[in-house]
Amino acid sequence: MSGLFDDLRDLYQEVILDHGRKPRNFRRLENADATARGDNPMCGDRIELFLKMTPDHHIAEAAFQGRGCAISTASASLMTEVVKGKTADEAKDLGAKFRELAMTGACPDCGAALQDDMERLAPLSGVHEFPSRVKCATLAWHTLNAALDGTKEASSE
Amino acid sequence: MDGVTSAPFDVARIRQDFPILSQPQARGRPLVFLDSGASAQKPRAVIDAMVRCMETAYANVHRGAYRLSELATDSYEAARTATARFLNAADTREIVFTKNSTEAMNLVAHSWGRGVMKPGQAVLISELEHHANIVPWQMLRDDKGIELRVCRVTDAGELDMDDLERKLADGKVGLVAVAHMSNVLGTVTPVERIVALAHAHGAKVLFDGSQAAVHRRVDVQAIGCDFYCFTGHKLYGPTGIGVLWARLELLDRMPPFLGGGDMISAVTFEKSEWAAVPAKFEAGTPPIIEAVGLHAAIDYVTAIGMPAIEAHERSLVDHAMGALSEVPGLTLLGHAQDRGGVFAFALDAAHPHDLATLLDRAGIAVRAGRHCAEPLHARFGLDNGTTRASFGLYTTKEEVDLLARALTEAREFFK
Ligand SMILES: Cc1ncc(COP(=O)(O)O)c(C=O)c1O
Repeated sequence: MSGLFDDLRDLYQEVILDHGRKPRNFRRLENADATARGDNPMCGDRIELFLKMTPDHHIAEAAFQGRGCAISTASASLMTEVVKGKTADEAKDLGAKFRELAMTGACPDCGAALQDDMERLAPLSGVHEFPSRVKCATLAWHTLNAALDGTKEASSE
Repeated sequence: MDGVTSAPFDVARIRQDFPILSQPQARGRPLVFLDSGASAQKPRAVIDAMVRCMETAYANVHRGAYRLSELATDSYEAARTATARFLNAADTREIVFTKNSTEAMNLVAHSWGRGVMKPGQAVLISELEHHANIVPWQMLRDDKGIELRVCRVTDAGELDMDDLERKLADGKVGLVAVAHMSNVLGTVTPVERIVALAHAHGAKVLFDGSQAAVHRRVDVQAIGCDFYCFTGHKLYGPTGIGVLWARLELLDRMPPFLGGGDMISAVTFEKSEWAAVPAKFEAGTPPIIEAVGLHAAIDYVTAIGMPAIEAHERSLVDHAMGALSEVPGLTLLGHAQDRGGVFAFALDAAHPHDLATLLDRAGIAVRAGRHCAEPLHARFGLDNGTTRASFGLYTTKEEVDLLARALTEAREFFK
């Protein structure tokens, strides 16, 4: 029988399944410079994010723990990889662009500077066709903003 | 009602009564609706009755001295009579229309809990409750110094009756409030035994019949409870209407819940006098069109016969137990002896939300999450929630088989 779910490979690309199963930087960072908790109360997804900063205010390391679906886990995992080396403003700007990608499937004004990062995040763009799942993809980025702003808590509601 | 012989249960014919079931879905797949526990689909008879009311017999009730208002009042009160018969209430005045069962339970928490119970008394609920039967009692506890006790649920997903009895033993429990059927485990609770135990210890009993009233014939007099509630939209009726049944002498003793028009007999700026039951509990313009819809829904299920519906669902449940047990990596939550057509499960390879998204692609509508029963999921260590398939009278064995096949394929997909 042909697979019932073949057309879902766009949403669940191999990269997503892989990061969902084996999230990178999935650990607690002792002596983190910034932390925040993110909650998606609708579905119970929850992450805790840890950041270490360099003396000149770049993200030296990002790691997370928590529980969630494949999409929220993969998104957090990819995020911890791409924000490394960025300043707070750069990371937040990338987050804003990513949210646009997740909501619309495209980011027309992303510019060449962000091209590499956006290509890494592109496997998540498929969520825009699943409005109830966009929040899963953006939870980690909301949490990142909370950590960088020192507000400690984020909700993707 | 049981004496009426109805035609043999023909699910194919019944499905034709529900317009939505023949609506083509995305990608041309037929709708496989396995979320009736959250809200059921509506038969043509309900839709038509509501339209007819608006087209031919609509006005506000209990007010105008003109023919249309009298017609509308008659239909509204006829819905009350039909509901009383549906629950075998001793008196039509024992039926209070609310917005849903959540409001019905809040009404009891307010008017019985705050109005009649005394600080130092306790309310006893259970681990398998829906938030609607948890939160109002927490609010009462914090407001009025009423203790909240929680009866344990066994690993099989049944009420721990020994624990229930232990928690009643000191005689402080004024009210036992538990579900007649769990919206997660499918467990049907032993209502007569609960009533016997509670009454022996001086407690009143409320049953949350939101799920049970859809699947079983409910006879409040035979059960012997004091309060019973259900919600229209799960019983193939419209949203916006629920039912509280309570013994007349209890309703008489309870202060009103909401204040406003229709619930008073005299008003001055100094004081108001309450109208008689049930008007006392129905402040403001009630859900008139919804009552007409609920009446049609009750007539619809009664004509098919609750025993016939129960028998159909029983065979579906047996079938589903077999089909789901063959899905590799699937853990079913709850194995109660007496259960209805609600199945919550975890699949080892897939998070409930990913699973629901996949099933949606196969045209299968299921619910993922904690189903407004967070403490129950915590009890079973399932903080990620579960995926839930819940049946209605239109559910078929073929749909159950498709679910089982889709789950098996979903597991492959994520592995
Ligand atoms: C057992 C149970 N109780 C209460 C409710 C609340 O029903 P409603 O939202 O219609 O008030 C539900 C349904 O969600 C339920 O399944």
